[in-house]
Amino acid sequence: MSASLTGTAVHSLWTVAAPADKFPAPHIEYAQLSPVLIVFGIAALGVLVEAFVPRKNRYTAQVAVAAVGLAAAFAATVALAEKGYGTTKAHIAAMGAVAVDGPALFLQGTILLVGLVALFTFAERRLDPRAHGSRVDSFAAQGSAIPGSEQEQAAVRAGFTSTEVFPLLMFAIGGMLVFPAANDLLTLFVALEVFSLPLYILCALARRNRLMSQEAAVKYFLLGAFSSAFLLFGIALLYGYAGTVSYAGIASVVDGTAPMTPALADTTGNDALLLIGLAMVAMGLLFKVGAVPFHMWTPDVYQGAPTPVTGFMASATKVAAFGALLRLLYVVLPGMRWDWRPVMWGVAIVTMLAGAVIAVTQTDVKRLLAYSSIAHAGFILAGVIATTPSGISSVLFYLAAYSFVTLGAFAVVTLVRDAGGEATHLSRWAGLGRRSPLVAAVFAVFLLAFAGIPLTSGFAGKFAVFKAASEGGAMPLVIVGVISSAIAAFFYIRVIVLMFFSEPRPDGPTVAVPSALTSTAIALGVAVTLVLGLAPQYFLDLADKAGVFVR
Amino acid sequence: MSFPLLTVTAVVPAAGAVITAAVPAARKTAAKYTALLFSLATLVLAIVALVRFDPDGDRYQLTESHAWIKDFGLRYELGVDGIAVTLIALTALLIPFVMLAGWHDADPLEDTNRRWRPTQGFFALILLVEAMVVLSFEATDVFLFYIFFEAMLIPMYFLIGGFGDRAHAGGEEEAARQRSYAAVKFLLYNLAGGLIMLAAVIGLYTVTADQLGTGTFSLQEILAARGAGKLDIATDTERWLFLGFFFAFAVKAPLWPLHTWLPNAMGESTAPVAVLITAVVDKVGTFAMLRFCLQLFPDASKWATPVILVLAVISIIYGALLAVGQRDIKRLIAYASVSHFGFIILGIFAMTSQGQSGATLYMVNHGISTAALMLVAGFLITRRGSRLIADFGGVQKVAPVLAGTFLIGGLATLSLPGLAPFVSEFLVLVGTFSRYPVLGIIATLGIVLAALYVLVLYQRTMTGPVKAGIEGMADLKARELLVVAPLIALLLFLGVYPKPITDIVNPSVHHTLSDVHKTDPKPALEAKK
Repeated sequence: MSASLTGTAVHSLWTVAAPADKFPAPHIEYAQLSPVLIVFGIAALGVLVEAFVPRKNRYTAQVAVAAVGLAAAFAATVALAEKGYGTTKAHIAAMGAVAVDGPALFLQGTILLVGLVALFTFAERRLDPRAHGSRVDSFAAQGSAIPGSEQEQAAVRAGFTSTEVFPLLMFAIGGMLVFPAANDLLTLFVALEVFSLPLYILCALARRNRLMSQEAAVKYFLLGAFSSAFLLFGIALLYGYAGTVSYAGIASVVDGTAPMTPALADTTGNDALLLIGLAMVAMGLLFKVGAVPFHMWTPDVYQGAPTPVTGFMASATKVAAFGALLRLLYVVLPGMRWDWRPVMWGVAIVTMLAGAVIAVTQTDVKRLLAYSSIAHAGFILAGVIATTPSGISSVLFYLAAYSFVTLGAFAVVTLVRDAGGEATHLSRWAGLGRRSPLVAAVFAVFLLAFAGIPLTSGFAGKFAVFKAASEGGAMPLVIVGVISSAIAAFFYIRVIVLMFFSEPRPDGPTVAVPSALTSTAIALGVAVTLVLGLAPQYFLDLADKAGVFVR
Repeated sequence: MSFPLLTVTAVVPAAGAVITAAVPAARKTAAKYTALLFSLATLVLAIVALVRFDPDGDRYQLTESHAWIKDFGLRYELGVDGIAVTLIALTALLIPFVMLAGWHDADPLEDTNRRWRPTQGFFALILLVEAMVVLSFEATDVFLFYIFFEAMLIPMYFLIGGFGDRAHAGGEEEAARQRSYAAVKFLLYNLAGGLIMLAAVIGLYTVTADQLGTGTFSLQEILAARGAGKLDIATDTERWLFLGFFFAFAVKAPLWPLHTWLPNAMGESTAPVAVLITAVVDKVGTFAMLRFCLQLFPDASKWATPVILVLAVISIIYGALLAVGQRDIKRLIAYASVSHFGFIILGIFAMTSQGQSGATLYMVNHGISTAALMLVAGFLITRRGSRLIADFGGVQKVAPVLAGTFLIGGLATLSLPGLAPFVSEFLVLVGTFSRYPVLGIIATLGIVLAALYVLVLYQRTMTGPVKAGIEGMADLKARELLVVAPLIALLLFLGVYPKPITDIVNPSVHHTLSDVHKTDPKPALEAKK
């Protein structure tokens, strides 16, 4: 060690003074990110409402703020699409972090609409009997109160309701908006966490069956944290391979079009980093999608979570996660098609079959719908695998069609109640068609759409993805798909049999008369199911136009 | 644009279904008359179509064509050939009788629940089935056909499961259990068949998209493209696609060994619904074999012919043998139908003009004769409150008209000369014999067995001493006579003079045969040279 080295010189070994012009302020296209910004802004506003508005006005204020925010964000999305950001002006905003393109706008629009309908079901206060004179919703009086404790009883007596759910919902929606638009792996991860954390909390907030709800939340949280870790590890490996987290950057390294540097030459010689990284990132996404073998959380969480939350999760999470998966596979890794396709084939086949077969044995409506959502994830994967433009648009269409059926179905589940809250055990649904023909008929429409019977949106969606898969050369997937559809039809039909052909039980559940909020949610579900089933052309065109990713 | 007759023929019953369903709960009778009125209007439209159809004109007439879902290549294309227009007329003819026969079948037992409206539902569902059956006869777009072929299952399913036979040996609870089992079995078999077909439909789209640039389901476009040599489906692909389609139709028809849903469904449902299943809905299966299997996949059809013929003959013999062994009247008729569908399929795949004309005629005659037999059997069963043959005896002494009409329905079922089914069965057998003499001879055994099961049924139920529970049995009422008499008159008329139907059907049959490049075999002596 020579004595001539001064302190600064030593420091300069591992630091370098940043020249002023190398660190510009990030350039953010605020207008193009307006949907996301509005939702996050409203979510923050919701927190302020929670802090400063008196308790008796909070519910009204929260619902109004959230509804206005979602509507405004949806309008912003439509305006962006109108201006051509979905097609000709598609580009990458916010310093490469977020893509503004067709699929992103389409999915954001879907998520916002789904979020708005979900908000209606969140805000429903007519179903639960009044607790000590005040109307209550499906959420715990006070989330922090231990179930069964004095404190909880006091909170119930005081007529508290958890109005925090509305800002939480908005944060989740905000994260979901970013998720399918994320254009680098870190944004992807941050978006994932932003929408997952509020969901974990929402899952734990059921008013009835609180222990089950909390158990569901813990399971979801633990497994979700696990999958986040996988995702993060995968991101690290991909970064190690490509030296960048940007989608376009990784894609060009995978293609071999990136300028070769000595550092790249070191890492790209070894495909293990890329393959393992890819597998781990895909695992993280497949977990959110609920594909087998990463589906274990789905039934428990769907069953335990408050039903409005389940409906929201089952639809919006799926839309966001499939959007992200599509972008990852189509933008980052098209060059790797021959590596990931066989694996995804396997996942799709197992998902379709396992979802359908296990659902047959279920006796709880919410668990049944959970397994059905797994089977549907498999059908959507069949479209993802097509790797054709029609693959993208068919998946977009399927997601839009599926999410409204799901929301509607779970909204119906909230109506069928007995003394202990929702009567979700299937045997309790016997003879529902005789007691309340309308509710049963509406649920039957949703089930038929799930089963993919022609003239419903479910059929149009299924046909679209199967057609895409067949065009993409995945005929075996189509065959497995129709076989699992036949199996799945069995349990959907069984519920219909139960509702219409069984004698009503004398102690059977009653059907609560909902307020306009849930009625709207259900009516919208039915309307979308029929419109997308009978005249889907406009929406198919929309999905077609939106079916090009920006790179 | 000309008047969309075919669309209207389907829209009228569909609209009738909606209107009937909307009739208030208390106005049961109004709902019934509304439904009947709409079914009669449909019949008028079907007759207009029959009259306007020119047998010597184009192959498909009264055509309509509109884009529906461009992305899927789905077009709303309708058109009828002689076979379709005849079957539409049969459907429209049978529905009013089905309704009249089931006039009281869906009356609620007690008027407790004001929102539960079974009567309205029953008649609305029948009209809905009619609309979908008519559309599937009319569709000349493969995908459009598929949609109605599948969608039809849902109202049919509710008819079977929701309005079962009240005469059940096992009591109310057991009846409900078996009914819902039958309904689910019906649905699952047909849905599975339909979904397999869906895979084949998608496959067909992919093939046409590959070879023609744009995927299409239009029968006429596909046939034209093949005629011009632009479309040439690889042999293996064609066979797989054929199997996908045929499987769905064989379930629907039903062909042995896919027939097992039929006895359950017919046994557990009320007699009018059983008629709807076997005389109307199942005809879509055999019709689709003629229209889609043979026309779209002629080479694969020829390839599969030997196996299908053997299955058809097994159906004939097996169905007849099981009918002989039944103790339940409705199941007996169901197995008889399995046997008859064997004849129809035999006629279709014998690939001779007599065979196919006979098969088409058979569809019509089987529809009428089974309707007559089954509906009278239904009256009988409702009176006694039991479906078991052993519970009947000596009915002809107390209810001679009922017994007489039952006998005529039965004789038609066993193809007695002079009654309509004889003509068609004879044509099928002649058509089969000229190409496959051995199969023709074995199939003839089916007639012998038919005589056995029909006559033994008649003997046990109608003749002999009057059994307990039969003494006070009322004879046919005016409403019931109104159902049976026209059907019997038709059986007699078509038995003597089938020409009106064969004239309409024959040109279409020749078209189909030329699709599969088959000509009738020359008479045996000439062929030997």
